[in-house]
Amino acid sequence: MAFVEKKLPADAPAIDKALNWIDSRFPLTKLWNDQWGQYYAPKNFNFWYIFGSLAMFVLVIQIVTGIILVMHYKPDAALAFASVEYIMREVPWGWLVRYMHSTGASAFFIIVYLHMARALMYGSYRKPRELVWLFGFAIFLCLMAEAFFGYLLPWGQMSYWGAQVIVNLFGAIPFIGPDLSLWIRGDYVVSDATLNRFFSFHVIAIPLVLLGLVAAHLIALHEVGSNNPDGIEIKDTLDADGHPVDGIPSNPYYTSHDLFGVTVFLVLFSAVIFFAPEMGGYFLEYNNFLPADSLKTPLHIAPTWYFTPFYSILRATTSDFLYVVQAGIAAYVALVYLKSNLSAITKAAIAAVGLLIIIGMMPAVLEAKFWGVVLFGASVMILAGLPWLDCSPVKSIRYRPDWHKTVLIVFAIAFVILGYLGVQPPSPVFNAVSQVCTVLYFAFFLLMPWWSAKGTFKPVPQRVTFKPH
Amino acid sequence: MSNRSDKNQVGQQVGQQVDSGRRGLLVATCAMGGVAGLATTGAFVSTFQPSDRAKAAGAPVEVDISTLTPGQMTVAEWRGKPVWILKRTPEMMASLNVTQGEVADPDSLKPYTMPLPDYCEKQSRSRKDHKDVLIAIGICSHLGCSPSSKFTPGPQPSLPDNWVGGFLCPCHGSTFDLSGRVFKNKPAPENLDVPRFMFLSDTKIVIGEDEKGQA
Repeated sequence: MAFVEKKLPADAPAIDKALNWIDSRFPLTKLWNDQWGQYYAPKNFNFWYIFGSLAMFVLVIQIVTGIILVMHYKPDAALAFASVEYIMREVPWGWLVRYMHSTGASAFFIIVYLHMARALMYGSYRKPRELVWLFGFAIFLCLMAEAFFGYLLPWGQMSYWGAQVIVNLFGAIPFIGPDLSLWIRGDYVVSDATLNRFFSFHVIAIPLVLLGLVAAHLIALHEVGSNNPDGIEIKDTLDADGHPVDGIPSNPYYTSHDLFGVTVFLVLFSAVIFFAPEMGGYFLEYNNFLPADSLKTPLHIAPTWYFTPFYSILRATTSDFLYVVQAGIAAYVALVYLKSNLSAITKAAIAAVGLLIIIGMMPAVLEAKFWGVVLFGASVMILAGLPWLDCSPVKSIRYRPDWHKTVLIVFAIAFVILGYLGVQPPSPVFNAVSQVCTVLYFAFFLLMPWWSAKGTFKPVPQRVTFKPH
Repeated sequence: MSNRSDKNQVGQQVGQQVDSGRRGLLVATCAMGGVAGLATTGAFVSTFQPSDRAKAAGAPVEVDISTLTPGQMTVAEWRGKPVWILKRTPEMMASLNVTQGEVADPDSLKPYTMPLPDYCEKQSRSRKDHKDVLIAIGICSHLGCSPSSKFTPGPQPSLPDNWVGGFLCPCHGSTFDLSGRVFKNKPAPENLDVPRFMFLSDTKIVIGEDEKGQA
């Protein structure tokens, strides 16, 4: 097709002419309208729908402050700790930039956890939004990697020993483990080589992937359309123009809505930065104000709070607990055989995997340390399975049986308790509690195909529930 | 425009009849490119391995223990890791008889990263001529934290009431006796490593080297 440029009247404003010139060569207006300007979002969004755009906002904060920090930071084991203190004390306003970055990391996780909780409540991962969820899940993995790699950079005691423990987790993998952790560290101990590569991952490799995933997450979302608190498809009811009757264009409606959310967020964010940047040792751990010492482990080491639920699951996996896990897997395989409609091949595959795991957990086969790592990984990876584990006939918790809310709340409490125990020193009582919570955590997901379909569901409305205000 | 339709015709012809010579060339080119790509990836992956400098940094270290009194411990650095040099008192040595039945691997049959040197006794895990001096790498075999010394016997937080002295790993609560042997039912699967070492004199030791050469 020949190139045709739309002709504007000679007296059209220069800005229109410029835009027309661009639009003929690059779909700028189309992109804007598809992705935001003319993107029809359900009009019944509530409080829980602010966290997507807030996450985007915090991502921008992290990138901007990160770029500035890299200008002053030195990724060198001999200089790193001092360069962070230099940023804090001597770079004009450096302390602000650094506190924005460190508080931003915690804020990012708070927002993302709430964002995921919203998806869990309203079934936002259900068909046709499986890819939206998977891209989001991959973003979550990237965030965890960002946080982990970034945490080594200040080269404090917690940076050092936290990295030491996590890298050694890979050492638990049979056969290749020790070589793998050596390969990750690039030295026999966490050292300058490790710091340099973690710096590279933190400032370029992971952010590149992260930005691509954010774009994919948004494109997929804007393709299928947003879910809403009623969990119904607004695209099923269209007006004469072909727009959803219950939808409103994101701009200006959600632009102003989200700007309000950003304002509230900034009030809270500033309060933390200016009054409690360390947040009682949760956002910045006290031991990290000591330079890394490869000869001395701090008396109490714990990961930063956003990793602790998963870290608790790792710690809960002792050799005694493996018997519970074995029994649980055996019961689960029996359940799959008796109470599922899966094909015979799938059932056999599940049984074979279950049997292999049970054998692997025998005392003389693979040590508890390895299974701790496996459960730790599985507790994160299982989130990706949600679109296929949830078999509820309705999406939103609003129209599900009331006891489903109880299940969701019990799960949330177990997750929070795991998080709390992860920052506490190990003790027999805490260990038992974290084992109970670990069982609850996995049961929530693995039994979901059954419990999510049970009970009396309420009728789902045709149109969204909306009260004009 | 005519050019474009020519191309379409060529495309149709290819769809009907594959030029096997050119297809073979195409496959061979892709295979060559793939090999080159894989080889380059291999080089990229290899850059993550310890550098020659990191490998060379593992030279033996000499430690002077002339000022070490019985019951006292000093820490030396070897290959970036803490190496404990503990001069044990007769009471400490006696505690090893108590822990003999409580440790998971009393004879150190299952090594962590290096086997117990054959000149070391099984219980004291030290050389026969200097039985009281324990040399061990202070890195827990669980996840690599450095255990802290808990030499005072008796009940205390995080430790059993019949504690006779040893080491406690702060990360996940593994306990070790005064020979660095891990107690039963602890997260750490193996005893602490004992590096190869030798006495140059009664007060001078070298870590990472023995009569047979460097570790």
